[in-house]
Amino acid sequence: MTSVTATSAAVKLPGAISLGRRRVSIELKQFFRDRQSAVFNFLLPVLLMVIFGSVFGGQRLGNTDITFAQYFVAGMIASGVLYTSFQNLAIAIPLERDDGTLKRIQGTPMPKLAYFVGKIGLVFVAYVAQVTLLIIVGKLFYKLVLPSGAQWFTFLWASVLGLIACTLAGIAFSVVPKNGKGAPAIVSPIVLVLQFTSGVFFQYDQLPEWMQKFSALFPLKWLTQAMRSVFLPPEAAAFEVTGSFELAKCAAVLLAWAIGGLILSLVFFRWNKRGQD
Amino acid sequence: MTTTSTGPLVLPAPDGADLAVRVRGLHRCYGETRAVDGVDLDVIRGEVLALLGPNGAGKTTTTEILEGYRRRDSGDVSVLDHDPAHATGAWRSRIGIVLQSAGDLGDLSVEESVTHFAGYYPSPREVGEVIEAVGLAEKRTTKGADLSGGQRRRLDVALGIVGRPELLFLDEPTTGFDPEARREFWELIRFLKGEGTTILLTTHYLEEAEVLADRVAVIARGRVIACDVPSRLGGRDESLATVIWREGDVVHRTQTHEPTREVAALSSRLGGEVPGLAVHRPSLEDIYISLIGDDNQDAS
Repeated sequence: MTSVTATSAAVKLPGAISLGRRRVSIELKQFFRDRQSAVFNFLLPVLLMVIFGSVFGGQRLGNTDITFAQYFVAGMIASGVLYTSFQNLAIAIPLERDDGTLKRIQGTPMPKLAYFVGKIGLVFVAYVAQVTLLIIVGKLFYKLVLPSGAQWFTFLWASVLGLIACTLAGIAFSVVPKNGKGAPAIVSPIVLVLQFTSGVFFQYDQLPEWMQKFSALFPLKWLTQAMRSVFLPPEAAAFEVTGSFELAKCAAVLLAWAIGGLILSLVFFRWNKRGQD
Repeated sequence: MTTTSTGPLVLPAPDGADLAVRVRGLHRCYGETRAVDGVDLDVIRGEVLALLGPNGAGKTTTTEILEGYRRRDSGDVSVLDHDPAHATGAWRSRIGIVLQSAGDLGDLSVEESVTHFAGYYPSPREVGEVIEAVGLAEKRTTKGADLSGGQRRRLDVALGIVGRPELLFLDEPTTGFDPEARREFWELIRFLKGEGTTILLTTHYLEEAEVLADRVAVIARGRVIACDVPSRLGGRDESLATVIWREGDVVHRTQTHEPTREVAALSSRLGGEVPGLAVHRPSLEDIYISLIGDDNQDAS
């Protein structure tokens, strides 16, 4: 009995990081080849921007010459974070739990960390591609003014922090839908409601106060606000509820969501379908 | 009831046999249901063991405990000298698993899937060889979603063997295969066995078990009720043979422990050639059905 283990001792297993890279590339292939995920998570924000931009894009913010298109692009990029991370993962993971993806990889020597590395890589690449597309469309059709100087720095940290927070929230939320089929019906309304209440489609300071209070509990409101500081000139702070973009508070809320999402993911994430462990 | 799993119908592995899998007193309940209720099982290194049993008998729970997917309530389990409840990457690299139906990998080509999974293992088989071995060479660029049911199953098998496993779990691998594909699959299993792979095969096809398995274990109501080589399972070799012959228009049949003597007597009585002569031993299926039936009666 003891002799048989000897052969396995010297085996060198592929590491989590190199397999994580492989997972990223396989995730990207699957993401963009699956029409549903490509349209739903990737192209939808672009479509929405074209529609809203065409209808309201020419309107001005107060008496300024800031166009609503500029305001709206900030919201759509913030939404892009939510689409590519939270909506993407909160729907894809339950589907993968149902179709046997998670069970299959669980039966291999792949370190479980590599799976999450793959998901995070997918989210970041999809987001970068989506933002690039949004900016190109904005620049071509709605005279989008690009950020300058320190605004790029805000753009960077807000994007990264937002992606981390919403990715972890999406991984944690993946345990909520009972099955993969039902996941879009639970996840998409959440994303839509948050967009309406967080100042993506409408000017935030003109929303009812209860709506503002509601959305302030969630990351999208703060992410949108930070993105407005990136895409709008400093004087647009006058159109914020407090008269300021409150960047420190934005960062703090996103960080809190990241920590909460991490804890919830570690505690509640499940590889198996219910009742199959 | 609790000790019957070591009864006379179960042939234990010989003392000192090199075991790939050793299970003693395995139990697992789901609520009030005792899905696995005292399974004892040995899989000898290098053998093909077929696990038979009706749906709900505890086959899947047992194999998924061995594969490290499910936890157990009690019992000793050793798979390649390791407790599957504490699976490590090194241990996982030595086993291969072909699960029942999966719907994943639809957007990847056969080659992409096999290449990707090969990357998980320390010394994988060559991707092209694996695809060839499972008979998907012509489908290497076809997406998973565009494969037929049988082809999909072959892809599952390819992903199960690409890591060069010492122990391979096959859960109803030939479901959806046409007879020709099934025969090709049997060749593949013989090839893997020839390379020294230990195989635990779950199947509903008794013919498959008879052709492939060195030993067959029958599981019912959560325990192993019989385990032996296919030709001896459930006392098959000692059971009554049926002799059938014809005299005029009448077909006669008789059951006997001594078919040779019976035929010799017939031959001398009928003067040489016996018209319509046939001698049958019970098929594996007959034995299986009677085992399952007995067990159900025991329990009620």
